[in-house]
Amino acid sequence: MPSYVPHTDAEIEAMLAFLGLSSLGELFSVVPEALRLAAPLALPDALSEADVLAEVERLAGANVACTGRGLAPGAGLVCFAGAGAYDHEVPEAVRAMASRSEYVTAYTPYQPEVAQGVLQALFEYQTMVARLAGLDVSNASLYDGASACVEAVNLASAATGRRGIRVSRGIHPHWRQALRTFAAGSGSELTEVALVDGHTSWDDDGGPAPAALVVQYPNFLGCLEDLSAARRAADAAGALLVVAFDPVAAGLLVPPGAQGADVVVGEGQPLGTPLSFGGPYLGLFACRLEHVRRLPGRLVGETVDVEGRTAYVSTLRTREQDIRRERASSNVCTNQTLIAVACAVQLAWLGTWGLRELALRCARATRYTRESLLALEGVEPLVGAPTLREFAVRLPADPGVVVDRMADEGFLAGVALGGAGVGAEYGDGLLVAATERRTRAEIDAYVAAMDKVLR
Amino acid sequence: MTEPGPSPSRPAPGGLAASAPLVGRRPEPTVFELSSPGRRGWSFRSSDLPEWDAAELVPPGQLAEEPVPLPELSERDLVAHHTRLTHRQYSVDVGAYPLGSCTMKYNPKLADAVAALPGLASVHPMAPAQLTQGWLELLVELGLALEEVTGMEAVTLQPPAGAAGELTGLLIMRAHHAAERPDRPPTKVVIPDSAHGTNPASVTLAGYSVVTVPSDDRGCVDVAALRAVLDDDVAGIMLTNPNTLGLFEEDIAEIAHVVHDVGGLLYYDGANLNAILGVTRPGDMGFDIVHLNLHKTFAVPHGGGGPGAGPVAVTERLARYLPGPVPVGAADGSYHWTTPSRSIGRVHGWHGNALALARAYTYVLASGGDGLRRVAEAAVLNANWLRQRLRDHYDVPFDRPCMHEFVVSAAGLRRRHGVKAIDVAKRLLDEGFHAPTVAFPLIIEEALMIEPTETESPQTLAALGEALVRIAAEAPTEDPGAPRNTPVGRVDEVRAARRLIPTYDARPGV
Repeated sequence: MPSYVPHTDAEIEAMLAFLGLSSLGELFSVVPEALRLAAPLALPDALSEADVLAEVERLAGANVACTGRGLAPGAGLVCFAGAGAYDHEVPEAVRAMASRSEYVTAYTPYQPEVAQGVLQALFEYQTMVARLAGLDVSNASLYDGASACVEAVNLASAATGRRGIRVSRGIHPHWRQALRTFAAGSGSELTEVALVDGHTSWDDDGGPAPAALVVQYPNFLGCLEDLSAARRAADAAGALLVVAFDPVAAGLLVPPGAQGADVVVGEGQPLGTPLSFGGPYLGLFACRLEHVRRLPGRLVGETVDVEGRTAYVSTLRTREQDIRRERASSNVCTNQTLIAVACAVQLAWLGTWGLRELALRCARATRYTRESLLALEGVEPLVGAPTLREFAVRLPADPGVVVDRMADEGFLAGVALGGAGVGAEYGDGLLVAATERRTRAEIDAYVAAMDKVLR
Repeated sequence: MTEPGPSPSRPAPGGLAASAPLVGRRPEPTVFELSSPGRRGWSFRSSDLPEWDAAELVPPGQLAEEPVPLPELSERDLVAHHTRLTHRQYSVDVGAYPLGSCTMKYNPKLADAVAALPGLASVHPMAPAQLTQGWLELLVELGLALEEVTGMEAVTLQPPAGAAGELTGLLIMRAHHAAERPDRPPTKVVIPDSAHGTNPASVTLAGYSVVTVPSDDRGCVDVAALRAVLDDDVAGIMLTNPNTLGLFEEDIAEIAHVVHDVGGLLYYDGANLNAILGVTRPGDMGFDIVHLNLHKTFAVPHGGGGPGAGPVAVTERLARYLPGPVPVGAADGSYHWTTPSRSIGRVHGWHGNALALARAYTYVLASGGDGLRRVAEAAVLNANWLRQRLRDHYDVPFDRPCMHEFVVSAAGLRRRHGVKAIDVAKRLLDEGFHAPTVAFPLIIEEALMIEPTETESPQTLAALGEALVRIAAEAPTEDPGAPRNTPVGRVDEVRAARRLIPTYDARPGV
């Protein structure tokens, strides 16, 4: 029996007596006899803490994790995969602060007087995300980049009264799948806009005026889209421009808001969250102030308490599902607060120049990797557009097989594109990312292994 | 009526936060005010790579001339800032948190160790299946356990929260009707008036209209009223059982029968599943689609408002519509991903909140089948004990045994003394406890929804009960200035909305 239920047998008897009952089973007398389970749940018996840990360690040991550093044998894979999930350092200060049990074991700050810690951390998070996006206001987080993109499309539909959405094929293929899934309920009419040599081709498709144009910057293939062209196309259609950005690349690039974005979304994982097999991650969401009453999710505002001291509170609550119910434009309740707090700690740890340096180091490692790979015989760029922290190449072999064989050499070589992998529309290729974690020695060894595998 | 167990005036070490080391009532400066230009906490690995300039790496016109302004401070100052912030934050680890419907139970530390294992936390979501066999096995095994607990036959682990699970389940419902009745699919979903706000919001996002059915004088779905709204335009009904009043819907079998009779499906909102673990199952009651809140029932910590996890389990005939890909085991003991034949598509960028799923699996292993039933028993015992303790001091709208939570009303206190539910809540903060859920469910005037959970000891319950009784007794001389013992006094929520300051940069004078 787990120790998490504290009651002694004597206490249970006393409590039952207080209720005039003689057994725990009588507590469930309101459950009709026919519905009661006749037998215990068919689950294994409880395990001790040490035995649970041993079992989960066995499972963890059956994975090949991206823990490789400096090419020590058996240390795990050295990671060159990205595609929306990046292998960045998570500083110990971030780990420690995000492990504080006051942050970990609280819930949504419904009682602000005893939740100033979470509320102020979220206020600081909102400020920094708004600055990165170059927009006025950020919410307190959504589930992940895909869900943030879905919410942005819903906001645009509500703001314009239109259903059409033009989605660049530079948007992550999984996000486009999620957009399609939720469009079945919301009634959004999605049309995908092709890439031409790595850039979205926004020519008028002759369809009805859309609510939004949705573009990723840098896009899924790592290319730097021309946001001014996207802004012009949005203006011509009277549509909102939704930009999915990368918060690390934001350390070098002109913020999307300053390039004309109305709504900026993104995947916040690169700032303070380990790879985590894809979750929990962090949906970034920022917009212009004029859309704040359609903002999905929680929003923290600064105010004062009865004595005039600065205080923080969840605000514009009338937007939310528990008040607006069927008229709400979003159903978000629980979101990703703890991951947002980790992101806020990470951004403050980096500071102005640390974020710039992080982006610069990723761009240098990526360029060095790209040039070294392209020097191999038969390796060619998949598209010609300039890239920043990720790039796609065409290989003289099946990319899925290459990824498998590179794992034997100690590398997660990248993400296979096309028939063997993700995004058939891109054709066969390999998507490669190198973060600030990658050294020249690791990259040289990676390219040498690739040379061996491709021969 | 006598009180069992120890005298409530004795300490309740597990559940009373009055002695928490909060650091006084001076505001903590924002991180922006602590910033000192040129200070730095960051460092990076030596890479030995060519040091190209930014201008050589970014095309002209796209390179930011100025970096994004962020706080600049030493790691020491940053850690001190957040440590002080955490001292201004109530949490389950500090004391009892009887927030109804949110299930703020203790979160075992064992799960923290599991979530930190590099073999789980450092795995890339796009790594090929042969490199992630441990993860796939974990997900398959968790899915099987959730199927057993709910009495369902297939599951998706993708939805990252309860509300996401609701929308996923409703889109499965929609796909089912589109396939079964393509010519005239139904357009409405029925919801009781006691439902969580996420239910109607999810229904709208799924493209359905909401039909509300009233509760009867016992606090349950009025079956006659339900029959009156049922026709072949009803896609299904969303129910929480036990419902948000903490009452078991005793007519559930009949409800299932009449809804199925018109071709509708039954959706189970798992927010209150913790009340019936190992006692009865949604599948046995006739439900077709179930979501589970792993951050409630399976002790995944709530993180100040997430991350949670909201898996959806379904019957065999709906398995083909589940979001894909789903992990499956093969006869040879290996695992791979597959996408159901008529999948509604992805509902998450990757595989759901994987580390939260690993925490839930840890809880299943540590609890075992018997332990999960014990969770329900102790949760229901605690709620009934506290309800009995309070019933002579507060209005009890539906005065009969409850499940894991119950609702009392401060309507009488308001009428007699002008003391509202929110005042009771704020006073309870001064007593060292978190407040119950206030003003929900909407059908109860001045509602206080109380869920003690199974992890609070009888001593803690007694102290909580004593505090609530005292607050009611002191209502004639109620202190309108509460809370006074908290890091800030009562917060001006109206001003926050009227003079919106959503960022530091929007502060007047910044």
